[in-house]
Amino acid sequence: MNFEIMLHAGISTGTILLIAAIGEIFAERSGVMNLGVEGMMLLGAMAAFKTAYNTGNVWLALLAAVLAGGVLSLAHALVTIHFQADQTVSGLSLTFLGTGLALVLGEGMTGLNAPTVPNFTLPLLSQIPFIGRVFFTDQNLFVYFGYLLAPLAWYYIYKTKPGLHLRAVGEKPAAADTLGVSVYGVRYLYTFIGGCFAGLSGACISVAITPGWYSNLTTSGQGWIAVALVIFAQWNPMRAMLGGYLFGFLRRLLLDLQGPAMLLGLRNPFFYDHNLVFFLQMLPYVLTVMALVWGSSSARRKRIGAPAALGEPYIRGERGL
Amino acid sequence: MRLQIVKRSEDPPKWLPIATSLGAVVLAFVISGGILAAVGADPLQIYRYFFRSAFGSWGAFSDVMVKATPLILIGLGCALAFRMKLWNIGAEGQFYIGAFFSSMVVMVPLVDVNTTPPIVTIGLMMLLGILGGALYGFIPGLLKAKFGINEIITTLMLNYVAVFWNNYWIFGRWSDAGFQMTPTFPRRVWLPRLADLAKQNPFFSGMTLHVGVIFGLIVAVVLWYIINKSRWGYKINLIGDNPKAARYAGIDIAKNIILVFMFSGALAGLAGMTEVSGVVHRLQERISTSYGFSGVIVAWLAKLDPFAVVLVSILFGALLVAGREIQPSGVSFLIQGTILFLVISSDVLMRYQIRLVNTKKASVEEAA
Repeated sequence: MNFEIMLHAGISTGTILLIAAIGEIFAERSGVMNLGVEGMMLLGAMAAFKTAYNTGNVWLALLAAVLAGGVLSLAHALVTIHFQADQTVSGLSLTFLGTGLALVLGEGMTGLNAPTVPNFTLPLLSQIPFIGRVFFTDQNLFVYFGYLLAPLAWYYIYKTKPGLHLRAVGEKPAAADTLGVSVYGVRYLYTFIGGCFAGLSGACISVAITPGWYSNLTTSGQGWIAVALVIFAQWNPMRAMLGGYLFGFLRRLLLDLQGPAMLLGLRNPFFYDHNLVFFLQMLPYVLTVMALVWGSSSARRKRIGAPAALGEPYIRGERGL
Repeated sequence: MRLQIVKRSEDPPKWLPIATSLGAVVLAFVISGGILAAVGADPLQIYRYFFRSAFGSWGAFSDVMVKATPLILIGLGCALAFRMKLWNIGAEGQFYIGAFFSSMVVMVPLVDVNTTPPIVTIGLMMLLGILGGALYGFIPGLLKAKFGINEIITTLMLNYVAVFWNNYWIFGRWSDAGFQMTPTFPRRVWLPRLADLAKQNPFFSGMTLHVGVIFGLIVAVVLWYIINKSRWGYKINLIGDNPKAARYAGIDIAKNIILVFMFSGALAGLAGMTEVSGVVHRLQERISTSYGFSGVIVAWLAKLDPFAVVLVSILFGALLVAGREIQPSGVSFLIQGTILFLVISSDVLMRYQIRLVNTKKASVEEAA
C-alpha cells in the first residue's frame, strides 16, 4: 500500500466519473434529468471498443462513443421535452435500451485487444515533488482532459452569458422564455451534450483507463454513481471533480486493502477470510448512499437545491414555474 | 388537409391505453427485428424460436408461468409505488434479501425442518421473505421521507449491496462443499408443484409451475381492492396525482412514502421466497434474471393496473424463457428497453389528440 500510487490510481479511475458527472450537470442545469447515463456509458464503451478494434484508430473510436451517447440522449430529449413524458421513466428505459443495444452489438468482443488512448508524462510539471508524481506522471490523456474540463465547465456555467441562459432555463423557464431564450433549444442542446459526455466516459473506460470490453461489467453501475455524484456535488463541476477523485481513491483503497497480511499492525481480516471481501465490494455503493445523505443535508443547510425546474416539462402558456 | 395536434379537453377514450400498450409491444418487436437484421441475425427465425420455446407446449407454458410468478409479485409492488410516483427500482435487491431471509429458516436453522410440519416451515419462510423485503424497502423509504433523497439512486445502489450480501453467505458460511450455493433444501420445504400430481395424472409430469403463482393472483386481487376501493388507495393516488392537495388534506406524506416502500419491498421479498422455495430450492448466485428491472417495465406497460400486470407478466415470462437460450444474449434487454421507451413516448397520445383537419373548412370557420 503506497499512498502515492493509490492517489495516482484514484485520480485516474475518478476521471471516468468526473466526465459523466459533468455531462449530467449540464443536462440537469437545463432542467432535464437524464437517468440513462448508465446505458449511454455502456453503449459508448461498446462503440469505442468496437470501433478501435475494427479500424485501429482510437480517435475515431472516441468520436463513435460521443455520437452513440449523444444520439441516445436525443431520444430522451424528444420524449421528455416535446412529448412531456416523465423524465425518470424515460431515463430508465434508455438505460435498458442502451444496455441491450450494447450487449447485442458487442457480442463476441469480450477479451479482445484494441488500441488505446495513450498515457504520458507532462514535462516540467512532473518535476514538482509529490504532486508531479501523482498528477502529471504517466497519466492518461483523459485525466489531463479532466483537469481542464472541470474548471472550464465551472467558468462556462457561472461566468458566461450562455451559462446564464442555461441556469435560467433550469431555474425559471418561463422567465427565460420571455427574455427570448429558446427553452426547448437550450434543453435539447444540453441533454445532447450530457449524452455525449456519458458516451465519452464510456470510451474512457473501454479504450483508455481500464481497457477492454466485459459486457455489462464494463461499467458495473458507474453511470449511476455519476448521477449520484451530481447531487453530492450540488450541480457544481468543481465539486464533481473533487467527488470523482475521492470516489476513485476509495475504490482503489478497497482494492489495496485485500493485499497485505498485516494492516496497521493488526491481522488483516480480508487477507485471511477472502469472503469478507464482499463487504469491501459493497462499500462504494454504501458510500454513494451516504454521500447522498451528507450532500443533501449540507445542501439544505446552505440552501442550495436542485435546479428549480428539474424534472418539470415546460409548456408555454401554462401556469407553472 | 393537414395534421393538427391539439390538447385533449376530456379524458382519452378507454381503449386508448390498451391500444398504445399493444402498439408499443408490436412496434418494439419490429424495431428490435430491424436491429437484429442489421447485425446479421435472422429476426423472423429468432421470433419463431421465441414463440415456440414459450408457447409450443403445455410444459413450455408452465415454464413461462414459473418465470411470470416473480414478475407478477414485483410488478404489483412497483405498480403501487409508481401510483405515488415513488420510483422503486430496488425490487432486485428486495428480492435477494427476501430470498436470503427465507433461506435463514432452513440454513440457520430457525426451526427443525424434519420435525416441524411443512406448512409451518413454509409459512415461516413466507413471513421472513416478506419481512426481509419490507425492511430493505424501509431504508430508501426513510431516506426519501426524511431527507428527500432521490430513491432511484438509493434503491439501485442497494441492489448491488444485496447481491454482495448474498454472495458472502453462499460463497462462505452457507456454501455447499465450496460451490457457490447452499445445499439443496429438503423436499419438505418446497412449495407444491404441478409435477407433484404426476403420479395421479401423467399429464403434469415435469411441469414446474408451483403455488407461488396463486400468491401472485391473490395479491393482484388484494391490490385491486386497495387501489380502487380503500381509503389508503385513495390517499396513494391523491399523493401521486397532486401532492399539494394531499398535503392540504392533511395526509401524512412521509408516513405513506415509507409504508408504500415497505409494501412494495415486501412483495419483492415474497417473490424472492417463492423463487427459493418453489424453483431453485436453495440459495445461489443469480437467482434473479433481472426480475426487479423487468418488473418495472411490466408495471409501466400495464399502466399500473393490477390485473393488467398479471397479463403483461405472462408476456414477459415468455420473453425470459425464450431469452434464456437465445443469442445474442442482450436481445431480451433490447426488446424490454424498446417496449418501455415506446410506452412512455406513446403517453403523449393520452394528453394530445392528432386530428386530420380540412384546411379549407377550418379557414372558412375562422373567417366566420
